[in-house]
Amino acid sequence: MYYDVHGNKISKSQWKKMYAAFKNRQEIIRAGLSRRDLARMGLLTAAGYLVAKEGLSVWGQATLSSSSGSGQCASPATIPFTMQLPIMPRKQPIALSSLTGPAPQINPNTAINPVTGIAFEGRTRPHQAPALGFPFPPSVVYQVSQQAGTVVMSPQLPQQTIWGFDGISPGPTYVANYGTPILVRNYNNLPTDNGGFGKASVSTHLHNGHTPSESDGFPCDFFAQSQYYDQYYPNVLAGFNSDHPPAPGQPITQAGDINEAMSTLWYHDHRVDFTSQNVYKGLAGFFLLFNQFDTGNEGTGFRLPTYPDFDIPMMFADRCFDPKTGLLAFDLVNLDGILGDKFLVNGVIQPVLHVHPRRYRFRWLNSGPSRFYQIYITDLNNTGANNQFWQISNDGNLLPTPVQVPAVQLGVAERADVIIDFSQFAGKTIYLENRLEQTNGRGPTGNLLNAGQGNLLLQIVVDLPPFTDTSVDPATAPQFYALPSTNVNPRVTRNFSFDVTSDGQWIINNQFMDCNVVRFQITQNSVENWVLSNPGNRFPQWTHPVHIHFEEHQILSGAPGLSGRGDSNFFFDSSRTSTGVNAARKDVVRILPRKDVTLFFRFRDWFGRYPMHCHNVVHEDHAMMLRWDIVTNGDTNQNP
Amino acid sequence: MPLMSRRGWLAASAIFPAAGALIALRSKAEFSAPVSGREVLRERYFPNVLLTTHEGKQVRFYDDLIEGKAVVINVMFASCNDACPLITANLTRVQELLGDRVGRDLFIYSITIDPEHDTPEILNHYAKSYGVGPGWLFLTGKPDDIELLRQKLGYVDPNPELDQDKRLHSGMLRYGNEPLSQWASCQGGANPEWIAESISWVLPKANGSTG
Repeated sequence: MYYDVHGNKISKSQWKKMYAAFKNRQEIIRAGLSRRDLARMGLLTAAGYLVAKEGLSVWGQATLSSSSGSGQCASPATIPFTMQLPIMPRKQPIALSSLTGPAPQINPNTAINPVTGIAFEGRTRPHQAPALGFPFPPSVVYQVSQQAGTVVMSPQLPQQTIWGFDGISPGPTYVANYGTPILVRNYNNLPTDNGGFGKASVSTHLHNGHTPSESDGFPCDFFAQSQYYDQYYPNVLAGFNSDHPPAPGQPITQAGDINEAMSTLWYHDHRVDFTSQNVYKGLAGFFLLFNQFDTGNEGTGFRLPTYPDFDIPMMFADRCFDPKTGLLAFDLVNLDGILGDKFLVNGVIQPVLHVHPRRYRFRWLNSGPSRFYQIYITDLNNTGANNQFWQISNDGNLLPTPVQVPAVQLGVAERADVIIDFSQFAGKTIYLENRLEQTNGRGPTGNLLNAGQGNLLLQIVVDLPPFTDTSVDPATAPQFYALPSTNVNPRVTRNFSFDVTSDGQWIINNQFMDCNVVRFQITQNSVENWVLSNPGNRFPQWTHPVHIHFEEHQILSGAPGLSGRGDSNFFFDSSRTSTGVNAARKDVVRILPRKDVTLFFRFRDWFGRYPMHCHNVVHEDHAMMLRWDIVTNGDTNQNP
Repeated sequence: MPLMSRRGWLAASAIFPAAGALIALRSKAEFSAPVSGREVLRERYFPNVLLTTHEGKQVRFYDDLIEGKAVVINVMFASCNDACPLITANLTRVQELLGDRVGRDLFIYSITIDPEHDTPEILNHYAKSYGVGPGWLFLTGKPDDIELLRQKLGYVDPNPELDQDKRLHSGMLRYGNEPLSQWASCQGGANPEWIAESISWVLPKANGSTG
């Protein structure tokens, strides 16, 4: 079956023509064809324009990956399932006195570093937390260095140069606890030599912490090589300074709404215009939050599988590699979205993981750049099986109770925690497989590939010895957090239309990006409803995973479900109210062509600037983004 | 040894017309030596086609216009009535804001995607009507050279039918610093102050670094 981007069936020959046009462009770019070459090959019309030719690549060469992913790049072949799934190291705190550079201070350190000739610190606004009673400096302090490193992504490819936090990619995993604020001294030690993409000017965003603006990694808060930027992460529950203030005698660090505790966050570069390049180059990692319920010890609290042995973060990424040099390649002129044909988990192409035959918690993250995933458990010896498993969180927010699902769909930056019981697969080899068909960076076709015909992401071999499992069985319907009520009149309802001009510029409400333009101001500690729409008036059309910083939202209506046709419990029409895994707090929402969603927000506790943007990082850079600020007295502009 | 099941192989063959060839597993020794970032980008994006400026001078795209420079590039055509005038006007303001850096640290190139009609004389008239200053060139060339440039710089649509309308994707400015291999895009319709600020991130500062 072949489909165009609308999901309409087209003939195989039509599809081949479209595909060939893709390939032609890539061939031409790679081959550096001259005008004479093009003419000799009959690729130019009389008017001198390229003709779409169907058929074989003119170079007669096929370098297919082991799972067909896209028509956009032609990476060299690699042998999958030979490298172990990397487990990123835990980031270790250090003593305050061990920090490099001047002592942390509330105001930015704008003194000039005599060695560099520029300010010590890249921050420009003071920390808000101390004025509200948070300790300064916090008792737990980290120092991280963004720097180049070399890694092996596949035995068939040469070593790759990446940019990573502490020189690894993904970066180290932060293990944080609610009630314990931390300071991270973030150094930019990136090199000037970028190998063709990336910019050594960075702004690190903790997605999606309830973080004061000056530490949130606003896109224009970038800092230069040799500078540091101290980021204060309060690790405090939302509402601590508004609707859930401290009880008498309770320290402010412990206040807030327990039902709004988050678990799986990630951190990544967010530098305006260069985010896609820098994240593609490796600047991303996990940040996990624990508390008295999500404890990391399956004997206590919600009894979720013990961290780290049975609680594994997995960062999915798709990438392109140059067929001549075997090196990571980034298409600088792609505006729609980049589809890689190599599938990485935790920085390595198609790794393998050995497990005990018991329950595990996996924390799934789609780090992009543009692809949408719908992830299944596939047994290649039994492809007809419907291997259901349990989803327990959405975008890092534990669901009210686990939901049994056949698959999880993730747009860029979405997260899902799942629990899979491998005792049912003891002795077997199974796979995490993406079955969502996508042929270009705009969005999925909507078609699901058959089991075994998709992209095999991770091989899981259930051959470790039996191991006692004292974690909670999701089938017993344990109760996690209650969703905060949305039965509140909003102070204002705002509308946002995510669209494109006739000449290909991304717009939100017909306006362009500008860090210095405050599109609207929100009254601190108020409720707002936002309606995000994707008019899709113009062909082609895109699916946009839209992300709003700082607060989680609930989707009042229009939540997209899984793609494909099937059991109505799982395959939602976007007009429905939220059920199942969509009855959750989220921070990234997929907006399909010609659809809209209504979101419920409270904006609380801190002041300052934050962005909203599409998280297809190629759209983000070009620049589907706007700035909003939280102030004392906001406006009521409904179409800002 | 095949990398996938027979079923998977057949499926892949159906989707990829070029699948008549076998998968070639290349050992690492077969990869060519890594080249510099500048060389990667030159090969991929900057063909050395011959162009003519609005002042009638012949130039090579990479050798004369790109190599060693910080640049901002857009595409236009003289008879364009909708978005192009706004973007050109924005660039005029950007030139004002960046002052004498244009022509020294930064070069602005507007490339016509209608080379059959936009002769150097027509582009010269267009440039004068916008009050374009030194350091900003309007460029035309032979249609197949312009077409190659348009493809390489990404002002295209992968769908060949849509690609007939060359205005698609034409609203984005490419800006970059060739020696540093720093390239990005910004919206041509954005505030000119914002465009100028964005471009400044790839211009060398007093201490030699970029922003």
